[in-house]
Amino acid sequence: MSRIEHATRSSRIGVILIAVALVVLAFAPYWGDRQTLRLLAEVFTFVALASLWNLLAGYAGLVSVGQQAFVGLGGYLLFALAMLLDVHPIAAIFIAGPLGALVAIPVAALIFRLRGAYFAIGTWVVAEVFRLLASQISVLGGGSGISLPAAVVIAMAPSRQMREFEIYWLALALTVIVLAAIVALLRSRHGLALTALRDNEAAAQSCGIDVTRIKFLVYVLTAFGTAMIGALIFLQKLRISPDTAFSVNDWTAFVIFITVIGGIGRVEGPIIGTIIFFVMRQALADLGSMYLLIMGAVAIVVMLWAPKGLWGLIAERFGWQALPLQRRLVPATKLNETERKP
Amino acid sequence: MTEWLNVILQGVLIGGLYAMFAAGLSLIFGVMRLVNIAHGDLIVLAAYVALMVTQTLGIDPLTSLLLVTPTMAIIGYALQRGLLNRTLGDDLLPPLLVTFGLSIIIQNGLLELFTADSRKLQAGAIEIQTFQVIEGVWVGLLPLIQFLVAVAVIAALQVLFYRTALGRAFRATSDDQPVAQLMGLDTRHVFGMAMALSLAIVAIAGVFLAVRANFDPAIGSARLIFGFEAVIIGGLGSMWGTLAGGVILGVSQAIGAQIDPGWQLLAGHLAFLVILAVRPQGLFPKVSG
Amino acid sequence: MPEALLDVRAIDAYYGDFQALFGVSLRVNVGEVVAVIGANGAGKSTLLKTIVGLMSPRRGDILFDGAPVGAAPAFEVVGRGIALVPEGRRLFPSLTVEENLKIGGQSRRPGPWTLARVYDLFPVLAERRHLPSTSLSGGQQQMTAIGRALMSNPRLLLCDEISLGLAPIVVRDIYARLPAIVAEGLSLIIVEQDIAQALHASNQVYCLQEGRIALQGAARELTRERISAAYFGV
Repeated sequence: MSRIEHATRSSRIGVILIAVALVVLAFAPYWGDRQTLRLLAEVFTFVALASLWNLLAGYAGLVSVGQQAFVGLGGYLLFALAMLLDVHPIAAIFIAGPLGALVAIPVAALIFRLRGAYFAIGTWVVAEVFRLLASQISVLGGGSGISLPAAVVIAMAPSRQMREFEIYWLALALTVIVLAAIVALLRSRHGLALTALRDNEAAAQSCGIDVTRIKFLVYVLTAFGTAMIGALIFLQKLRISPDTAFSVNDWTAFVIFITVIGGIGRVEGPIIGTIIFFVMRQALADLGSMYLLIMGAVAIVVMLWAPKGLWGLIAERFGWQALPLQRRLVPATKLNETERKP
Repeated sequence: MTEWLNVILQGVLIGGLYAMFAAGLSLIFGVMRLVNIAHGDLIVLAAYVALMVTQTLGIDPLTSLLLVTPTMAIIGYALQRGLLNRTLGDDLLPPLLVTFGLSIIIQNGLLELFTADSRKLQAGAIEIQTFQVIEGVWVGLLPLIQFLVAVAVIAALQVLFYRTALGRAFRATSDDQPVAQLMGLDTRHVFGMAMALSLAIVAIAGVFLAVRANFDPAIGSARLIFGFEAVIIGGLGSMWGTLAGGVILGVSQAIGAQIDPGWQLLAGHLAFLVILAVRPQGLFPKVSG
Repeated sequence: MPEALLDVRAIDAYYGDFQALFGVSLRVNVGEVVAVIGANGAGKSTLLKTIVGLMSPRRGDILFDGAPVGAAPAFEVVGRGIALVPEGRRLFPSLTVEENLKIGGQSRRPGPWTLARVYDLFPVLAERRHLPSTSLSGGQQQMTAIGRALMSNPRLLLCDEISLGLAPIVVRDIYARLPAIVAEGLSLIIVEQDIAQALHASNQVYCLQEGRIALQGAARELTRERISAAYFGV
């Protein structure tokens, strides 16, 4: 009997490297300064946002340019729960996720009526509606926004340093959870369907995969994760306003850029893309709007001439995969006798 | 009573502008299934081109259309042949992401060249001229001209699509690209012409936008959304439906604004979402056969 | 040997990695009707698509009137005088019957075929000229597709599976008009599943089998046995 194996030699090395990196990052509060911790926490949130967008657009073919709707929703849920209902901010993050998913259900029912590219603009309209609604909520600062009250902030941890450590670890943990959830999803039965969907939607449909149902599922799950990350982002910022919460540049343009450069439709892509994005940002930050212009141009060039992104090029050239996702048939001869017996 | 009549009339007139935003978007979607995310930013680009033309030559904005329209058409043709034709195919992602990138480039390029300051085109006396339609109901000359131009643009598009060889080529290419090539049509050129036409309409829309209100490099995305909403409300593929969609959007916004200034945009979006919920094919879908 | 109008020399054609044609050669002389027959998937449509420029041959040459056309895109090939009546007719559904014909004349090559001549050949189309092409019967659609191709005034007309999905009486009716087309000086390549019809209408026959020419010869000299042997590869 043959069996299915996910791991390859490169993915075993990849998993070891990732484990080492995680340990090093977990101890960052002991070796990094405040600046480094903040930067890393921001990097983590972008890895998570880009990975979620990648799942949505790269696998399920749902190209959304309105994920800022759920980032902002998560942020506003955090503020509402903490300020109006006295929920502990960290608990609020975990409540924001399911609430985000709940909101995503009627939203999906509505915008799934739009096909393809029109779906993309539809998601944007939804984000705009959320932004306009948020600016109508006067207890949360209306159009000009609001800061998290000192009492709520102090309730998290008494010292500023402790709070920053907490947020850092939270960012790391949430990102790992999001990535692990995506990998688990892709390795599940649904994952096979999603990979089939990515490769050829029409063929997947004719193989009896319920394409609409799985897209719906991915949309709602992505909203779950995105809302949680959104809540975390605004816990880091301690201040929220409709324009920052529902910013298309920050939460969609950057995220798309990261995913396209890194490699769309591959789990490793957003991680590579985030690193490139932050390196570019540190190097070109002084250029102001020129930097965004360069970013747009780079994204176009990559999309046209290397549509699989940087990781796609690497994976094709060397056959690498950092995470054990591919399914390979392992012939029976390779199997240990004891493994086959009950 | 007359107060509300005034509000609705204003909404109808601004709806003409939205229909022009929508017409260019709908045209290229119809011909090549491309949704141009940079459409709104191209409208703003046209406004800046008009700003430069009016300032350099000292002519008024409506006259500047004689220069701005062909300029934008040429930009459109070049953009299509040089960049966008490469993105067309079975995969949805490349055209979407490339036009999204283009949107960022145009927006930040304009920011770099013209700063974030608000600008406006001055059209002189016609801006403030108004006349009374019936007792207590007033219409501005400029909004009226804008609406009539929009109607003319839609009518001209209708004639072009159904009465000319170019329109025939557009429809044939939209139906079946390989067979269109067998007819001797270079589809890359046909697509170039469609984008040129789209940006010619964008030029007219951009100039009227810039005469009507202040503009800055960041306002493009909202214009894309208005155009998109008008297209969906009216029903894909119907030119007169697009005009109706623009008018419905304009009236919704005007009514929202009358109730509470903060609800202007929200009311427009809600009208769109309601139509999407109850009649996703739009109010005036293309009749087939 | 007279100068051929079309000279296909040992072409290979691929869909991605899949090779569809292996060293296929074919000649069409002026005024000749050539039938290409073969089973499903033998490469008949691929051959026509390659000749007309919808696909490029990876190896080999295609000469039309002595000049190579191998790499030219379809819209240029039409201008040189090759027209294709595609399999399944593929009329433009958004266009009326007359618009379908007019767009066929887009390339404005001079020649005998005009709207009036096409309506002479197929009078039923004249009655329906302003109807949407989707409202026509299968046979009328096939006539429109042939008329559309003629409107470009080709010197060589390629017909892919004219009989597909049509009743025998309609097929006979359409085939009965081909001589009038040839009489205007056109050469024809007809791809057919209906062997009897193909043999009857043509001067030369090529039989394709799995992407290779398995048999060729003058139509009157080929026996049923030889053809079915080549057709089924037995």
